[in-house]
This record gives sequence, structure tokens and C-alpha cells, in this order.
Amino acid sequence: MKKELELYLHIPFCVRKCAYCDFLSNAAEDKTIKRYVNALIREIESCRRAFQEYTAATVFMGGGTPSILAGTETVRIFRALYENFEFAKEPEITIEVNPGTVTCEKLELWKNAGINRLSIGLQSADNRELKLLGRIHTFEDFLETYTKAREAGFTNINVDLISAIPGQVAADWEQTLRKTAQLEPEHISAYSLMIEEGTLFYDWYVKGGHRGGKKEIPPLPGEEEDRRIYKKTKEILKEYGYVRYEISNYAKEGYACRHNLGYWERKEYLGLGLGAASLINEQRFANTASLSEYLNAFEKRKASYSSVRVGRETLHIQEQMEEFMFLGLRKMEGVSRSEFARKFQKELEHVYGVQIKELKERGLLEEKKDFLFLTEFGIDVSNYVFEQFLDP
Amino acid sequence: MSEIEQNKIRNFCIIAHIDHGKSTLADRIIEMTGLLTSREMQSQVLDNMELERERGITIKAQAVRTVYKAKDGEEYIFNLIDTPGHVDFNYEVSRSLAACDGAILVVDAAQGVEAQTLANVYLALDHDLDVMPVINKVDLPSAEPERVKEEIEDVIGIEADEAPLISAKTGMNVEEVLEQIITKIPAPKGDAKAPLKALIFDSVYDSYKGVIVFCRIKEGTVKKGTPIKMMATKATADVVEVGYFGAGQFIPCEELSAGMVGYITASLKNVKDTRVGDTVTNAKEPCAEPLPGYKKVNPMVYCGLYPADGAKYPDLRDALEKLQLNDAALQFEAETSVALGFGFRCGFLGLLHLEIIQERLEREYNLDLVTTAPSVIYKVHKTNGEVIDLTNPTNLPDPAEIDYMEEPMVKAEIMVTSEFIGAIMDLCQERRGVYQGMEYIEEKRAVLHYHLPLNEIIYDFFDALKSRSRGYASFDYEMLGYERSELVKLDILINKEEVDALSFIVFSGSAYERGRKMCEKLKEEIPRQLFEIPIQAAIGSKIIARETVRAMRKDVLAKCYGGDISRKKKLLEKQKEGKKRMRQVGNVEIPQKAFMSVLKLDDD
Repeated sequence: MKKELELYLHIPFCVRKCAYCDFLSNAAEDKTIKRYVNALIREIESCRRAFQEYTAATVFMGGGTPSILAGTETVRIFRALYENFEFAKEPEITIEVNPGTVTCEKLELWKNAGINRLSIGLQSADNRELKLLGRIHTFEDFLETYTKAREAGFTNINVDLISAIPGQVAADWEQTLRKTAQLEPEHISAYSLMIEEGTLFYDWYVKGGHRGGKKEIPPLPGEEEDRRIYKKTKEILKEYGYVRYEISNYAKEGYACRHNLGYWERKEYLGLGLGAASLINEQRFANTASLSEYLNAFEKRKASYSSVRVGRETLHIQEQMEEFMFLGLRKMEGVSRSEFARKFQKELEHVYGVQIKELKERGLLEEKKDFLFLTEFGIDVSNYVFEQFLDP
Repeated sequence: MSEIEQNKIRNFCIIAHIDHGKSTLADRIIEMTGLLTSREMQSQVLDNMELERERGITIKAQAVRTVYKAKDGEEYIFNLIDTPGHVDFNYEVSRSLAACDGAILVVDAAQGVEAQTLANVYLALDHDLDVMPVINKVDLPSAEPERVKEEIEDVIGIEADEAPLISAKTGMNVEEVLEQIITKIPAPKGDAKAPLKALIFDSVYDSYKGVIVFCRIKEGTVKKGTPIKMMATKATADVVEVGYFGAGQFIPCEELSAGMVGYITASLKNVKDTRVGDTVTNAKEPCAEPLPGYKKVNPMVYCGLYPADGAKYPDLRDALEKLQLNDAALQFEAETSVALGFGFRCGFLGLLHLEIIQERLEREYNLDLVTTAPSVIYKVHKTNGEVIDLTNPTNLPDPAEIDYMEEPMVKAEIMVTSEFIGAIMDLCQERRGVYQGMEYIEEKRAVLHYHLPLNEIIYDFFDALKSRSRGYASFDYEMLGYERSELVKLDILINKEEVDALSFIVFSGSAYERGRKMCEKLKEEIPRQLFEIPIQAAIGSKIIARETVRAMRKDVLAKCYGGDISRKKKLLEKQKEGKKRMRQVGNVEIPQKAFMSVLKLDDD
């Protein structure tokens, strides 16, 4: 039987950089985007031979804003995928979408290209908040995109939301949650805002030392507010029938994102495109983050995927076990003892007995049958829990 | 080297306030006497320890011998003995001075006479040295050499009319200094045929030669094979080698005789046997009595040193033993702390000495250390008549057993311009100083005399002095003795558990204030953990202050995207690394630097 593979495609372009975003993405000229699509296709082609033993089970086209690509360009990329990779039955194929970049025609082309899941970046149902985040759309733009997508026949839609936006109070967040859930998307990702280096927010709140207060720079929610906001997420989404299956991800029954679960379950995945990360055969590596390097590599006559890969690292058993724990525990169902034993031919207790005992005593981990999972409190301070499984 | 006439030898030192240019002048003298070419010169030959160079101060006394061909056509031997410039090493300074016949006093042409200048000059005059003033940095725009000359004459009372006006930095007029050394500093006296009598002014341990004793021969002669005896420590040995000091190297010679400065090796294994100030004599033909002034230096300040990694305890012991080979003033004994595990209670001459040892342990021996707050030695008089020297607050007996306690006092002289007198007097008062008087040394500068408890000045007094006088005040002190005082032990409880390593002794009138500040400081230092942590200050069973470190409620990496697991893992590893530098006390992780918090209570 062939091995299962997850494919990630990175599109490092967007209309405009958002105030909180530290992903590898920037606005670019059409000419550059065209060159990039050609390079990406050449990378896909160059992988053909090396991945003959695999069948692709999921594809995730992320960014950036993949939906800014012309429909025909997206189709070209997917054609290359189907020609060069073998696919499993009923693959999950997702594209990330920014409201305001979608037309009926694009939706039609995507469907025809086999895309069966949309991940729409809404972030907030409050237009003031959207403006502050530097988003290019309004809530109304989102509604239009969402409706069009449903009309085009997309039956598996995720909506991305961000909480703890500057100036936000729990009631605001509740509004966003309700307005979103009422539309009944199959999946909701609810992230809490993190201030990352290299973003406008970082300049404001970390470098600038802004406590907010000025009208144009509202303060970040305080700790108490942040906790109220956080509690709302689970409460309200539960009301609408969503189940939390990962720290930040909620889905209706049967609609958990298979691609993302692959990351937590350490399935093999291949990242294609600028800066994309891979885990293949217990090796982690990534593509170069330099656009010119990436373009040049695939514009040569004999281009190969290997020429853009950087930072290859082979994971030893110890590291594989660490990852199994700190990635697996992100899932609400937790990690399975029997799975651990099957993968590493060792008893979980044998390797992490001390940590598990202490974390259970502290009320951070719980155990049911075969599974070990985070408690409510454990989720809140999950980084602390994960650290315990890192090699000292 | 055959016979050297005594009248062709000059033994002298250079004394100065810090930064007035002592080391630079020493460099110039060495350079201009032709012992080394300019190219061989490192910028500061005498300060050859890396650490000294970085700190810009001289830690241990050293000496150098140079040959100067004077204008009169004769060759003179100059023995320049370097002296440490910090009050921690006052005793070493006094012994170095005792090895000299004269001193060059360097005064900064802009700064004028400072507290250390005075202290050092008085020390030199006490040793009957002829003091020869030199005005340095006359090339600075702010230089006022005439004013400084007057000041030297008025304040110190020595003739400064002929003081050379120099720039040690550029070498300007240093020639004149060299000539004056011959005319103003007397040649040594002493009978080369008399029984051996030599003053030890320093000693270092060398792994090949054993202890190298730096000495000034006052009487008699010493050479290879001479049986010697240290009159105070009673250690005896046969001389293996004698010699003099090249720049940064030892140059063996036939013999050392009265008036000369040089070194002796005699396969001695420990500098404890060759204490500074002791007299070396001939074991078979001893001199009648030792040179005056010897005393065993005792540590003034104690603190606990613990390896951050408990497994490094033996390494710390080895390192301390090695440092002690070269530093008779360093003392240590094993102790155990509930909070910190196995470590050592170490005694130092002062805070600078402590910092130097700490840095050397970390740098040269690669040890990661946790240091507890330094403490002076208190005398505890128990009701049963027993008197304890308390070096570790944890060992304070039960209050019921204590009759009364005493703390060490110092006599301090603070030199300050008149506009800051009020501010400095406030500072001294806050530090429980007792005003003794004030005198003006010139129109706008005065010397304040205070008696102060040593424990009020060992931490940050110098910094406070500088900040409250915009850098203008200078300060010197000497030990006065012990005085009865109302002292209490302040304990710190973290999460209801007493952390022994954080206890300290404090004047009862300051206890509430200190306790409160200590709790506030610890609240800042201790990161939030999974549960709420009360921090309390207590005297006995009475809680006098409290703060709370609130529980950590959120530590989540919400977004983890695009399969970039390596980045996430690095974040977790970084966070974990930060926690490694913490100490587990009960359930609470305490950062290492928190144990020094008590030192920083006056930051604001």
C-alpha cells in the first residue's frame, strides 16, 4: 500500500499586509505572481519521481491570499498536481479565501479544479475591528463571498476568526461568534491575537510601548477581559453545535480539518512554494524564504526541488517522541498510549511517566482509557505542559 | 648582576585617586626607562590580569624593576611597586607602601584632591614615605594646575611648587618625573650583612614554581639555598631561586640584599604560609624581631555561593581552592541551604573582592553561580555569655537566647562640594550615620565625617553617593569596631515556605520598609506560575509585608500554521531554557537573580 501524503501549497501574495500578520506574504505585481505560479508548477513537476510511493490525501493552498490568483492560474497549479501526484479517494482540498477577492467565475473554476473546502478569513464581524486589523474587506463583503460560495455548491467551509483584538470586549467578540455561527459554516477557527515581531501591531504595542488610549490605537484587552473573551468562544460555539477538536479549532460533527490534523498527528507532508515546510521520512526541511532565490531556481533549465530546500534536520527517536506529545496534545482527544507504543515500541509511561504523573497531579492532564489529554486548565497553559516533554 | 650600590636604587610607588592616571604614568615610566620598546608595550603592563584591564583597576600589588640612565650619566634601578586602589584592599596597600621609600602622588589637574588622594597620602606619610606630587592631565581643557598645586599645599600640606606638570597619556614632561625620582625619593638604607629581614608585600601561586613571594629586603641578604622562615606563620623552607621583576616576567639573579625589591621561591605550596605583611628571616640566623605592622586580614563580608547546577558542587570546591592558593584573604566553608542545596559560605574583604571572585569563578572556571545577599559579621551576645560571630543570617540563634547584638561600624570621610552637602547628609542619615563633624578644605569643598554601620554601605552606598552628588562626592572609610544595635532577622516566605537563602539581618527601625521593598522586588523577579504565590516578609512569626504573584492563566500558542513545527518547538525550547536558570523552592521556581534582590532595594 502506498503511503499517505499531505500537500501544502504556499501563495506568498496578498492585496495588502494586515497589521497583525507575520506570515511570509506581501503585495506583489502581477508579473511577479505569474512568474511565481510558473515556478511553483515547475517545483511540483520536479517532485514527480520522488513521490511516486505516495498518494495525496489532502491539499491545502494557503498564504498569503491564494484567492487573489486568477482562476485560470489556480487551475494550472491543480492540473500540475493531478498530473504529477497520485491522489487518494475523496481527498480534502482546501483553498484559503479572502473576502473581496472572489468572483462567481473563480468559484466555478475552483470547483472544477477539485477544490472542495474553502477557508475564509473573516477575523471579525465588526467593521471597526476589521479596519483596525488592516483587513481589506467589510463584514458585508464577507457575507457576499460566503453566500456566493454556498450558491456555487461548496459544502465544507471554514471561517477564521481572531479574538482579543485591540479595544475588544467580551460582548464584541460574542457578536462576532454569533453572527458567524448563525451562518452555520462547517468549521470555525478561533485564534487569539498574538503580537508578533515584524508586524505593525508589534511596533505599536511592543516597540512603541503603547498601552493604547489614543483613539487610533486602542489598548489590548486586559487580562480579565481576555479571559472573558476566551471563555465565550467555547460556550457560544457549543450552543451552535460546534465541537472543539484542537486548541483553536471547532467543527460540526465530521468536519474536522483533515489536513491540519495531519500536522498534529505527524503525518508526512510536503510543502511546495516559498518558505513551505515539510516532514518527510522523519526529516524536517523547508523551502527558501527568499522569493528571488526561489524564482531563479525554477527558471533555470534543469530545476529541481532540492535546490531550494534549506535547514534539513533528521529527527531522532527522542525528538519524534517529543513531537508526538506536544503536537498530539493539541488535539482535544489527546494522545493514544497504544499509538505511542506502536510507533516507538515503548510504553508511554516508561518514557514520560514522571512528567505525566506530575502534570496529572497539577490538574493539567487527564486520562481516559487509551487517551491522555489536556484538562481545561491544561489548555490554558498548554505551553507549560508541552515544555515538560522537551528534552531537558 | 654584580654589586649594586644602595644609592643607585629607588623604591617607590604611585598613589592616586581612581582614574587620576596612576596606571598610565606607570606605563610611561616603564616605557621611558627603556626596559621595553614601545612595540612591546601593552597599554597597561602592570595590570596584566584580563579582569583588571576590563575593570580599569589594579587588584593585586605587583612590582616592576627598570633601569634608568639619568642626566647625570649614572644608571639607577627603579623598583616601582603598584598598589591596589580600593578600600577593600587597604591592608595590602599599607604593606606595599611599607616596601617603598617614597611615593609619587598623582593628582588630576582638573579634579584636584579627592577622598582617596587624601587617604592614600596619609597612609604614605604614616609609613614615613617622602611624597612627591605630580600634576597629571594638564593637557585637558578643564585643567587648572595652579589651583590644584595650591590645593595640594593647603589640603595635604606638602610642597607642590616643583610638581611636574605632565600628561601621562602623551608622555609630556614624564622625563622630569624620572629625574625628580632620583632627587626627591631617598635611596634605601639597611645593612646587607645583618640577619635577613624582608617584608612580604604580595605572593602569588605558580603551578611550576610554587608560591612566589614578593618582598623588600630591609636588612641582610638572601640567595639560593638560604634557609628561610616566615616569622608570623612559622613556615620554613630553603630558597630555590631569587630574582627581580621584569615587566610581566620573573628574572632570576644571584642574590637580593638590603634595599632591593625582588622575589623568592622556596617550594612553598600555599599563599597561606606567606601572608602579606609577614617578615622573612634566615631560619638559622634569625633577626631579633619582625617588621612592625603585620596583621592577618580577615574577611569583612560574607555570602553564600552555590552552583546553579547542584552537580557542579565539587567543581566549585576545586575552583575556590585554586583561587585561595593566590588569595589568602578568601575564606570559605561548606554550608547547606534548604533552598539552594550544597554550597559555600565565603568571606571577602569587601563587595568588590566578592564581585571579583564571583566573576573569576564564572569566567575562568565556567561556573554558573547563585549568590546570596552579602552580610557583614554580627556579634551575637547570648544570654549564657557566649558570643557568636554571625556570618550567615540563617544561623541566628533563637531570640530568647539572645541578650544583645553588635554590628561593625566604619569611620567614613566624604569629600563633597558645598552644594551637595545637604543631599549627602540626608543620605548618611538614612543609612543610620552619626555625624562627627565637617571641615572645609577650600572655599567650596568640605569633608564630612561620619560613623556608619558597615552593613549600610556594603551594598550600594557608593552608587547612591555618586548619584546624589552628580558624581562629585568621593568617599573613603576605615573600620571602627563594633557597636551595640537593635537588629532583627527578616525572613522571606514564598508560598508559605521560608526561603533560608533570602533571610537577612536588618536594623529593626528599617525592617518594615525593607520587608515591603523586598516583597515588591521579589514580585517583579518571580515569574507567574500555575498557581498564586504569596510572598511574605516576617520577623519571627509576625508577617510584616505581603505581595502576591498572581497565577499564570494563559500560556497558549494559539496559531500553529503551515506545518512549521520547528519554529514552534524553538519557541517552547526558548521558554524552557529561561526556566532552567531558576531554582525550585517547594513548588515555586525562583530566578537566580532574585537571591540578590536585597541588594537592589534602593534602585528607585
